[in-house]
Amino acid sequence: MKNILPGALRIFLGAAALGALISGSGAAFAADPIKIGVIAEAQAIAGASIPQAAQLAADEINAKGGVDGRKIEIISYDNHSSSADSVRAFQRAVNEDKVNAVIASYISEVVLALEPWASRLKTPFVTPGAASNEISKSVHADYAKNKYTFHGYLTSAALALSVCDAAKDLLVDKMHMKSAVIMSEDAAWTKPLDVGYEECLPKIGLKVLDHIRFSPDTTDFTPIFNKIEGAKPDVIITGISHVGVQPTVQWKNQQVPIPMFGISSQATNETFGKDSNQAAEGVLYQGVSGPGVAVTPKSVPFAEGFRNKYGNYPSYAGYTAYDEVYYIADAVKRAGSTDADKLVDALEKTDWEGTIGRVQFYGKDDPFTHSIKYGKGLITGLMLQWQDGKQIAVWPKDVAKTDVKFPSFIKLTTN
Amino acid sequence: MIDGFAISALYALGATGFTLIFGVSGVLNLSHGAIMVAAAVAAWAAASILHVDTYSGALIGVGVALITAFATYFAVVKPIQDSRRIPNEEKEIFVLTGTLLWGIMIQELIAYFFTNNAKTVLPIVEGVVDILGVRTPRNEIFTAVVCCLVIALLWLLVNRTRTGKAVLAASMNPRGVTLLGLELTNIYIVVWAIYGVLAGIAGVLLGMFLGVSSYSVGPLTASAFSIVVLGGLGSVSGSLIAAFVVGYLETITAYLVSPAYRTIPALLLLVVVMYIRPQGLLGRR
Repeated sequence: MKNILPGALRIFLGAAALGALISGSGAAFAADPIKIGVIAEAQAIAGASIPQAAQLAADEINAKGGVDGRKIEIISYDNHSSSADSVRAFQRAVNEDKVNAVIASYISEVVLALEPWASRLKTPFVTPGAASNEISKSVHADYAKNKYTFHGYLTSAALALSVCDAAKDLLVDKMHMKSAVIMSEDAAWTKPLDVGYEECLPKIGLKVLDHIRFSPDTTDFTPIFNKIEGAKPDVIITGISHVGVQPTVQWKNQQVPIPMFGISSQATNETFGKDSNQAAEGVLYQGVSGPGVAVTPKSVPFAEGFRNKYGNYPSYAGYTAYDEVYYIADAVKRAGSTDADKLVDALEKTDWEGTIGRVQFYGKDDPFTHSIKYGKGLITGLMLQWQDGKQIAVWPKDVAKTDVKFPSFIKLTTN
Repeated sequence: MIDGFAISALYALGATGFTLIFGVSGVLNLSHGAIMVAAAVAAWAAASILHVDTYSGALIGVGVALITAFATYFAVVKPIQDSRRIPNEEKEIFVLTGTLLWGIMIQELIAYFFTNNAKTVLPIVEGVVDILGVRTPRNEIFTAVVCCLVIALLWLLVNRTRTGKAVLAASMNPRGVTLLGLELTNIYIVVWAIYGVLAGIAGVLLGMFLGVSSYSVGPLTASAFSIVVLGGLGSVSGSLIAAFVVGYLETITAYLVSPAYRTIPALLLLVVVMYIRPQGLLGRR
């Protein structure tokens, strides 16, 4: 199965290279396509949506005549969730396929490996799903060099804020919860997330009783849940992405009586219910979007369009990747060129209403340079809950469809 | 502690089949983890895509493991063993690489068709019971009981039936068995069948207990391998003891030290045993 793809890709690459030769190196004709390289994890659910959503956006733009007559061409590469493969794909995308911009990966480690290559090869690069603070901090630290990287998803710091804002309304004000245990996987993106949690949870009135970081290859979560139960918190605040199905299923099978609330990337996927045999029931997770949730007028039509084309709803990184193609196209239009530096300038001025909210980037003087802005009227994120096998928005109020509900084994210690 | 027992029993079940194959036919099957994952994923797919009930799903899982085990034998191991072009002394290494590649192929196929997200099999028995104040999922007890039963059955099969005795004899002296007029290939087929069923049951139970993904393939093979090496290659009782040692060591580490370091002490123990007693705890070679 696997060998068919690279074969086809090679033929395609050959054709592309030939095309580049014929059209003369560098000479941009008006009808030259705008090429966007998409590097993603084809086998992971979160990553698989990235090239699909990008293609959907490109098809829509092209159907309306493209950007000033230029079509958008998506060239996608499977990185097998590996940083090394991603770097090779990036080099090939820029050097051989002559892409104008790159959209890549939902894994922070991969994005951090690509960032210096975006600088070296001077190619605008946006990530649809990674969260580490370091991505935009590096842009701030050495702007002239790293300005090519844009962080098209919330930083871990913003994610922690989003979880705390939701926790305040749902858990503290409504359910009078007082204490929490943080449970997060050991990865680049959770380090700043945990710092954010530790800082904002006490502020909203949730005392942090314990903080458990575990290896992302953990398979048996019994000891972890035992330890958490021993601390007797009102809620477990999660920071998980590489794991998801396993802790959730074991949480249900062992009937851990404490609700889980926070970031659980795998829970954002529609297939999560099936993969976990509906153990997800009652799980609360932070997201930027959800099926049927009209964050903006564009959210629902995109999700439905995606489902019609690919048979399932997009992952969170699908939403952002879709928006990214649109605002890259918008930036090309405003810049009047695909020249990298001009494109970066135009991208910085992005003000685009996408599927997850209004996208703007923090400027040069902000510590999170080139990361999307968090806040009311921009992007706040959502809190969703798995209820009756469906993902239902429960926060913020203007999109919430119902109240928080828990399965019977959850014993709320406060009311 | 019950958690530790269930894990150990599961390890034991997985490792028994692995060691049996080695003992009888000298094959180190490095596609072991892939076969277990295939069983679990098949059980999951049967239940959630084809909507069969839990028992049939589990049976389908075991069936898939059996088929995969036979496929491993007939498509990978047997051609290498029968080949005249591969020198005898190199056959073991060929089998090793062959099964390793075969395992990777299965893993990639699973990832391709079912993504690399973890899957879990619906437990056959649901709910929890209190044992000495510890809330224990019934399924965990069920897992431990099934593992013990299957191992007991295996013991009966090997020690009390004619086929079993032939298998045992083949593991001691293959040439002697052929001299007695028994077809070695038939014995191999029996062993691979037993192996397939064992790996299948272990895989499905693992899917219920902890959940598996295509990523689990490597660690599963590695854990079976280290248990078998620790216990002594080819020794079934050695593997059983080693499985419990490793299972409890991991669980105790996870509870008392940190879940992040779970596998480290067991690997250190393996290194120590290799130094002091290279043939393993109950090894005979």
